[in-house]
Amino acid sequence: MKSKTIEKFVKVILWCSGILTLTILATILIYIISQGIGKINIEFLTQNPRRMGMEGGIYPAIVGTFYFTVATIFMTAPMGIATAVYLTQYSRENFWVKAIRFANDMLSAVPSIVFGLFGLALFVVKLKPLTGGWSILSGALTGMLMILPTIIRTSEEAIKAVPKEYKEASLALGANNEQTVTRVIIPAAMPGIITGVILAIGRVIGETAAFLLTLGGSILIPSSFFEPARTLAMHIYLTAMEVGALDMAFGTAAVLIIAILILNLVTHVVLNRYSGVTR
Amino acid sequence: MRKILFLCAVLSIAAVIMIGLFVFVEGYPIMHKVGFFNFIFGKVWSPSEGLYGIFPMIVGTFSITLGALVLGVPLSIFTAIFLAEYAPKKFERLINPAIELLAGIPSVIYGLFGMTMIVPVIREIQKLYFGRGASQMQSGYSILAAAIILSIMICPTVISVTRDALKSVENELKAGSLALGATQWQTTRHIVLPKAKSGIIAAVVLGMGRAIGETMAVIMVAGNRVGFPESIFSPVRSLTGNIAIEMAYAAAGDHSQALFGTGIVLFIVIMAINAFALRIYGKGVNVK
Repeated sequence: MKSKTIEKFVKVILWCSGILTLTILATILIYIISQGIGKINIEFLTQNPRRMGMEGGIYPAIVGTFYFTVATIFMTAPMGIATAVYLTQYSRENFWVKAIRFANDMLSAVPSIVFGLFGLALFVVKLKPLTGGWSILSGALTGMLMILPTIIRTSEEAIKAVPKEYKEASLALGANNEQTVTRVIIPAAMPGIITGVILAIGRVIGETAAFLLTLGGSILIPSSFFEPARTLAMHIYLTAMEVGALDMAFGTAAVLIIAILILNLVTHVVLNRYSGVTR
Repeated sequence: MRKILFLCAVLSIAAVIMIGLFVFVEGYPIMHKVGFFNFIFGKVWSPSEGLYGIFPMIVGTFSITLGALVLGVPLSIFTAIFLAEYAPKKFERLINPAIELLAGIPSVIYGLFGMTMIVPVIREIQKLYFGRGASQMQSGYSILAAAIILSIMICPTVISVTRDALKSVENELKAGSLALGATQWQTTRHIVLPKAKSGIIAAVVLGMGRAIGETMAVIMVAGNRVGFPESIFSPVRSLTGNIAIEMAYAAAGDHSQALFGTGIVLFIVIMAINAFALRIYGKGVNVK
């Protein structure tokens, strides 16, 4: 009898925890969107900020986020996928592979402000003639190191999930290793790789601390990759903390949250649609 | 082909070494100048007077992190047990994406939520508790506010690692226990939890690492006053906050070096924590 009472009691507590976790998420999403949605209109999305971001729109931050994300992903994705191919197809469990995996785990644990310090010291200050100091390029090089582990891990999993028969069949047909990798394995692993890239995009557009020190935070629209920019996330911080324009911060936050929700949705669609193909 | 791929792959090793090296090279001179012990345990941080002691920030980070663990770990572990052992499939399919989403929310948004929702509530509580007369304790920006926000932010990490550890416990063990007449909770408590112990410890340690390394959300709610806290309602500054707030205007030289020095401390602590978590996680639990 007693153990049954405990069982019931535990069940209630566990259900409450599960529901509480959901409630917290829902509260944050609903709160931010409801506070900010009223601010969003065509002008807000397409105009320049006025008075340091107290009024006006967030167009430069949207453009900045877009350029910056594209630059970071284009630099990181090939490297990450190449690493995943190396780890899964071209190596055995030797010292280097173990070291690479360990370094990846460590890299994904480094706090973003430390990435920022590193980017500041190397890309912004030491390599100023090449990167233009605080610039999209400096930010993207810093961001590259931050998202590399994500892309490597997800690509590795996607490649491992490709059935062995695909590879064997391709080799049996006389294709060499290189052809097998580029024409059979990578295409078959593509949905998983794309999911990883989308996850990485989410990380880039959400990250702030590292880019405060490397991206510059200019409120103007950048005209090249050697110029500073600001992302939506930085704009939220700067308007909320430095300018004190909470309404603008909420509007920007709502835009950012909606973007993240869309990214998440896309990930699930990609995974569900193609999960039958790769697994 | 193989060589090119290998070069790409060693980039991450190079990156970790370079990050450590650069932060160390930039921050070492000040540590040498004021002395390692004085830098870590110095009680006064006052760049204008040339005093660089980061102990107040270490205490700040420690108190915020402890608070976040106290608030966040029980909820996370209960949720993980619920997901692994009790939740109906349908509910699982609802809550797993929710946890992913929780992990994907940018930290500035947690910060914004904290400063407009949690901080005002704490401010009201402070007014009730200390009376209207008490001076600086009433802003609401405090250890408590930072701990609450961080406790939410570490949830996804702690939940998912714990859940995976619980799920990796062999079904035969559970079935055996249930067949002997144990209830589900008895099985969970006496069979599953002990088996998954090292995974759960790893989860908590990883959550701790996340809390220590978090910057934006903390500087938006913690008050950032350099000093030793008197209670959970006191404002504090974290190690991460110290760097983010002062780097923008720090002149090259001692001040900037001292911020890199703060980064060294942070880097070493986080690396140690994660190496420890990896070690026990790899050993104790079979994670695929």
